[in-house]
Amino acid sequence: MRAQFVLSEIFIGLRRNLTMTVAVVVSAAVALGMLGVALLMLFQTSHMKDYWYNKVEVSVFMCTKDDATLHPATCANGQASQNQMNSLQSDLTANPLVQQVFPESQADAYARYQQQSAGSTSGTSMAQYVTPDQIPASLRVKLKNPSTENIDAMISSYQGQQGVETVSDQRTILQPLFKLFNGLTVSATTVAVVMVGLALMLIVNTVRLSAFSRRRETGIMRLVGASNFYIRLPFLMEGAVAGLGGVAVATLGVASFKFFLIDRVLAPNFTFTSFIGWDKVLVTVLILIPVGLLMAVGASALSLRKYLKV
Amino acid sequence: MIRFDKVTKTYPTQNRPALQNISLEIERGEFVFVIGSSGSGKSTFMRLILREERPSAGRVHVAGKDLAKLSNWKIPQLRRQIGTVFQDFRLLPNKTVEQNVAFALEVIGKSRPTIGKAVPEVLDLVGLGGKGGRFPNELSGGEQQRVAIARAFVNRPMVLIADEPTGNLDPETSVGIMKLLDRINRAGTTVVMVTHDQAIVNQMRKRVLELDSGNLVRDQSRGVYGYVR
Ligand SMILES: Nc1ncnc2c1ncn2[C@@H]1O[C@H](COP(=O)(O)OP(=O)(O)OP(=O)(O)O)[C@@H](O)[C@H]1O
Ligand SMILES: [Mg+2]
Repeated sequence: MRAQFVLSEIFIGLRRNLTMTVAVVVSAAVALGMLGVALLMLFQTSHMKDYWYNKVEVSVFMCTKDDATLHPATCANGQASQNQMNSLQSDLTANPLVQQVFPESQADAYARYQQQSAGSTSGTSMAQYVTPDQIPASLRVKLKNPSTENIDAMISSYQGQQGVETVSDQRTILQPLFKLFNGLTVSATTVAVVMVGLALMLIVNTVRLSAFSRRRETGIMRLVGASNFYIRLPFLMEGAVAGLGGVAVATLGVASFKFFLIDRVLAPNFTFTSFIGWDKVLVTVLILIPVGLLMAVGASALSLRKYLKV
Repeated sequence: MIRFDKVTKTYPTQNRPALQNISLEIERGEFVFVIGSSGSGKSTFMRLILREERPSAGRVHVAGKDLAKLSNWKIPQLRRQIGTVFQDFRLLPNKTVEQNVAFALEVIGKSRPTIGKAVPEVLDLVGLGGKGGRFPNELSGGEQQRVAIARAFVNRPMVLIADEPTGNLDPETSVGIMKLLDRINRAGTTVVMVTHDQAIVNQMRKRVLELDSGNLVRDQSRGVYGYVR
């Protein structure tokens, strides 16, 4: 097989149908970009679910040494003692509203904080200056029935106990974020599905036009005994190049989503949780490449079956 | 080389068969004319040899192969052994003579040195030495048909089939093309040629197959066109 011959055929084909090629690249890019955003959101959601975030409704944070001045009412003695934490844990375990208690020591909390910060660009600089004793130990509580009244009841009974810095309602903090991500996932997936359909139709049509404008060549190829693969290859490669063009543009889109929306808008406003890092963007792009290729080459092959006699 | 066993071809949209119960054999190295009025099934006969169409009934053998048993991916191999020429030349207008001929070898994956050697050789054979750099629109009809023959023959096929190769040419030019086909035939290639040209058939005195409404009504060696039945 003569590579140079095939290459020149591909570019002749792409140039001949320049407007269609552009349309294919753009629609494939939008389709893949939306798919990429949906993937990023899924990664983000599972990133958050990996820890407490989705399991617990109430978090009881213990005092740290700095709280002696910040919260003198309950943290007058500074750092909460292990005894205080133990008795609070057995108290919580005995509480009829509680299903399960997950204790997190300062060391564990510090390790998790470092790990999460490592993944995200925004946290890295801060993480260098944080020491384990600045991060509170906590008791994460899963309720049997996480109704608003029960959560309120939990907060009012534990807020103000000695050694407790604060009790927070995990759900009201995280719910908007989960809602946002779920909404983004759903709408991005919807747009992706519609655009994938559109891109497929465009590719089928482009290849059909391309096959039609080259019917003289392909007719001769058929007569002199070129293999089916050889006759179809330039068309399939045309599809593949257009598909990869779509992936390239979609990569820009996904990267700007991470750079502008996640790092510049979300991360500074939701500092209590962490966001996915560039590694997940890379994984997303690595998924988009085969998806884009498969989409383009598959649609081309389909079109050729129909419109190119061999 | 080519054998038809009780071959009938009915096109899906047609209720009358285009070919009906045709049995014949063409030996290696023969020169055969296929004649008959328009619509009598001559082109259909050629397409069956090329396996562009499949018979509705009966068997077609080409070069020892039963075409019914030939799987789709082996069809290109069959076609590499058959050169094809048409009335309308079918050259690529944006390629030179040399490139048109080389194209036939490129697309079956021949190496550059092989192509570089075979193309000038065959252009000399068809009498176009020195015109390799011209484009088809810079050639006369007869010369264009020579290019088409060169392209069909450059891979040295066992069979050359020509569907009215002189249909667009004046009588004098046609004689030149016939001489060329005769030369190719004498070198050992089986030639099957469809024609309406009485003078050519009468002059060449080769085997004549006459079709009439899909039936083989005459198979005569050293035949003439205007055979009186
Ligand atoms: N692809 C096709 N689909 C349906 N019918 C066809 C097709 N090709 C040919 N026919 C019919 O089959 C019959 C034989 O056609 P064919 O082309 O073999 O004739 P021919 O002898 O080559 O005629 P001509 O001298 O005009 O070229 C005709 O009636 C024609 O209408
Ligand atoms: Mg015909």
